[in-house]
Amino acid sequence: MTNVLELRGITKRFPGVLANDKIDITLREGKILALLGENGAGKTTLMNILYGLYKPDEGQIIVHGKEVQIHEPNDAIKSGIGMVHQHFMLVPVMTVTENVMLGVELTKNGMFLDHDKVAQRIHEISNQYGLEVDPHALIKDLPVGIQQRVEIIKVLYRNANILILDEPTAVLTPQEVEGLFKILETLIKAGKSIIFITHKLKEVMSVADDISVLRLGRMVGSIDPKEATPEKLATMMVGRDVNLIVEKQPAQPKETSLEVKNLFVRDERQNLTVNGISFEVRKGEVLGVAGVQGNGQTELVYALTGLLPIDSGEVTLLGKPIHHNTPRQILESGVAHIPEDRQRHGLILSFPIHDNLMLCTYYKEPFARGVSLQQKAIFSNAEELVKQYDVRTPNIYVNAGTLSGGNQQKVIVAREFSRPIELLIASQPTRGLDVGSIEYIHKQIIKKRDEGTGVLVVSSELDEILALSDRIAVMYKGQIMDILDANKVNKEYLGLLMAGIHPSETMGKK
Amino acid sequence: MTNTKTLITPASAKRAQILYGVVLIVLGLLIYLLFVRTTEAGVTTTFGLNLANAQAIKVPDLVVPAQATVLAMAAIAIFVGAYQLARGIPSTSTLIGVIAVTFIIAFLTWSAQDKSFSLTGMLSSSLVRATPIALAALCGVISERSAVINIGIEGIMLMAAQVAVVTATVSGNLYVGLVSAIIVGGLVAAFHAYLVIHFKVDQTISSVAINIIGTGTTSFISSRFLQKATDTLNNSGTFPIISIPVLSKIPVLGPVLFENNIIVYLMLLLVVIMNIVIFYTPWGLRTRAVGEHPKAADTLGVNVYLVRYVNVIIGGMIAGLGGAYFTIGSVGRFDEVMTSGKGFIGMAAMIFGKWNPIGAFTSSLIFGFADSLQVKLQILKVPIPSEFLLMAPYIVTMIILTGVVGRAIPPAADGKPYEK
Repeated sequence: MTNVLELRGITKRFPGVLANDKIDITLREGKILALLGENGAGKTTLMNILYGLYKPDEGQIIVHGKEVQIHEPNDAIKSGIGMVHQHFMLVPVMTVTENVMLGVELTKNGMFLDHDKVAQRIHEISNQYGLEVDPHALIKDLPVGIQQRVEIIKVLYRNANILILDEPTAVLTPQEVEGLFKILETLIKAGKSIIFITHKLKEVMSVADDISVLRLGRMVGSIDPKEATPEKLATMMVGRDVNLIVEKQPAQPKETSLEVKNLFVRDERQNLTVNGISFEVRKGEVLGVAGVQGNGQTELVYALTGLLPIDSGEVTLLGKPIHHNTPRQILESGVAHIPEDRQRHGLILSFPIHDNLMLCTYYKEPFARGVSLQQKAIFSNAEELVKQYDVRTPNIYVNAGTLSGGNQQKVIVAREFSRPIELLIASQPTRGLDVGSIEYIHKQIIKKRDEGTGVLVVSSELDEILALSDRIAVMYKGQIMDILDANKVNKEYLGLLMAGIHPSETMGKK
Repeated sequence: MTNTKTLITPASAKRAQILYGVVLIVLGLLIYLLFVRTTEAGVTTTFGLNLANAQAIKVPDLVVPAQATVLAMAAIAIFVGAYQLARGIPSTSTLIGVIAVTFIIAFLTWSAQDKSFSLTGMLSSSLVRATPIALAALCGVISERSAVINIGIEGIMLMAAQVAVVTATVSGNLYVGLVSAIIVGGLVAAFHAYLVIHFKVDQTISSVAINIIGTGTTSFISSRFLQKATDTLNNSGTFPIISIPVLSKIPVLGPVLFENNIIVYLMLLLVVIMNIVIFYTPWGLRTRAVGEHPKAADTLGVNVYLVRYVNVIIGGMIAGLGGAYFTIGSVGRFDEVMTSGKGFIGMAAMIFGKWNPIGAFTSSLIFGFADSLQVKLQILKVPIPSEFLLMAPYIVTMIILTGVVGRAIPPAADGKPYEK
């Protein structure tokens, strides 16, 4: 068995940070190497070095036994290395064909782009590896899963035999993940070697042949997937024992906090996306809303927080109707919101952390007096919250955009939890976060519940729903299929409900 | 909240349908009220189709009964409007076309009633007047397709115009002037490119500076030197009209398209070439990719900076050609601030033409048409102040820029410096 790729002693320093510290990695021919690590562990930096986007300060790259110099992506492509970036590198307004041939265009009559020949090649690649795609479709019209196929085709079109996939499953639905894994199998059978970057433990164990773990820019070690357990991997990644199961006492539900009656909501395209929903959240319990993304959960949360007008129905908080209130009124009546898209709706990335930490109450004492902001109060509030919520940041004056995803989410949690709240609405609270941060956020949510706050958690990750919820509502096509006691269901049963199928009463339930 | 806002919702499509229908019907009524009632019955309008000195085979002039023609235009507008309200016409450009054509025909017939109006002459001068606007627009298109904003076109054209006339006068050869203008345009654009690509200076500020420098230096040189030595420095003559054999004999089209000077021909050629380059060649594909998603292009080994430098410099050379039009292409001398905003109008034409060479050219024609219409109408002594006529195309531009008539989407990375 030969090694197709070896990285030896790769070191990369950014101002103030040692992103990669003497990292060694070996990729065997025809195998999948999983590179595991938390966000900020240096995985992406390492791969960008390999792909020529960054220059290493020290170290060697050895491809097929020969040392190569990679200064720019062209060098990597020539060495047979191809990369599927986490954020797709596709031009949305161009066709699949145009995206694939960009940089290595085929021409006819000496100068004109030869779309047909490229489309023909794409067809061949599609057939060979099971990557079906319409070469003439525009990228912006394609779902995320298909866009990823185009990225893989781009790499194969350049005859790469070493493929780097950076967090390929982060943006995919469970079904699309299945599809991707099948594609990886085909690629391996065709003799390709793959580096698979991820922070999701279960994926690693199901696809990898070798696992290498990075932490804080250092190689922690390698492990055979057969010997790996989620607990072991998590400990390696985080550097301490991690509790993958949320520890919690049975809920002590009290009076009703939020009550929703017959709610109908239209989205911005005027489609009825929430279609007659009723439920209640009581103080001291977590109601989990499960469902495949896009079944009305987003609009439900927007309506509850006043961001989208409701069509009809009633929403009351502690008995008072709030469905005609403005977002600020709703927020002032004690609703905390952890939004789905933290970078767009939860934070102002170009604002410093201290300002982000007072966005909900900036107009009130102690942050404002008359027309002026009180810097001193803002800074001391920020210092305190950063310490209390363990936000890892050089100081409170850096922009929120410079933090890692987990720390950004901690800033939001700190802000929302630092004021008195009656109800917490958390939408996809741990999407894209690493194990350590997930553990932290989950603990905080349960702590709020135990303090007697009503909690509504919306998530498309079933594991998360099961870990947090006391009761589970399953949404499908804008309606609630059923509301179940969390102790009395299993994943399969919920999975069927999420697909819109009512399992007969006899099967499934424990 | 989500990014669905930019999409056309069914509700807004319905609104647009009603809006266009109402606009058409109101237009029909306006034509009736303003023109039909003030046109005398039995009077005819003559549209001249021949130019006095042209090579074209003579054709009889078009003589139409004035009142009936105007009435027909009103009827067409109202009918199309009613059909739009009832059924809906999917093509926005058809609707805009109907609005423009009915109004213009009605207006011309009315204003030239009982007189003769040279249609061919006006079309010909439209194209000539559109030439510098189109060249400015092409400069904008090629720069912005690679995501570099250049609003310094006005300044580049002024400098090129001056250099062209001085070099041509001194050397006694108009082509020396033409080449010098193109080189100067390229150099100034290269300076802009160096500032915004290498130093990542704000693109708007850099190009505003070019405009100020352009106006300042040319005005200074003009008043300090050129006005004192007009004959030796500022009197070049202009490019002759070249009649293309055979083609110039075609009635109407011949004099309009095939009896022009070299700059007009170069402009027409550039429109075609640029359209082919941008949409059908590897360089164009790379340019568009760099303008939309430079990082994607970079990861595929495309040199983002190189593409931007080359496009901005080529754009500057095209603007330089546009500058040459003002002096050696039309009057043969330099006057202070003689470009009079044509560079900026070119930018509007670029946006109206959706960053597309052919679109930019077509929009330039609209401005050229309005410009020449205004002149002709003054000759016809129409009882409308010419200032109002001059305003019309700008008002149309503003309506278009607000996005009522189909929003134009610039390249996604337009104006943003690229950081590796």
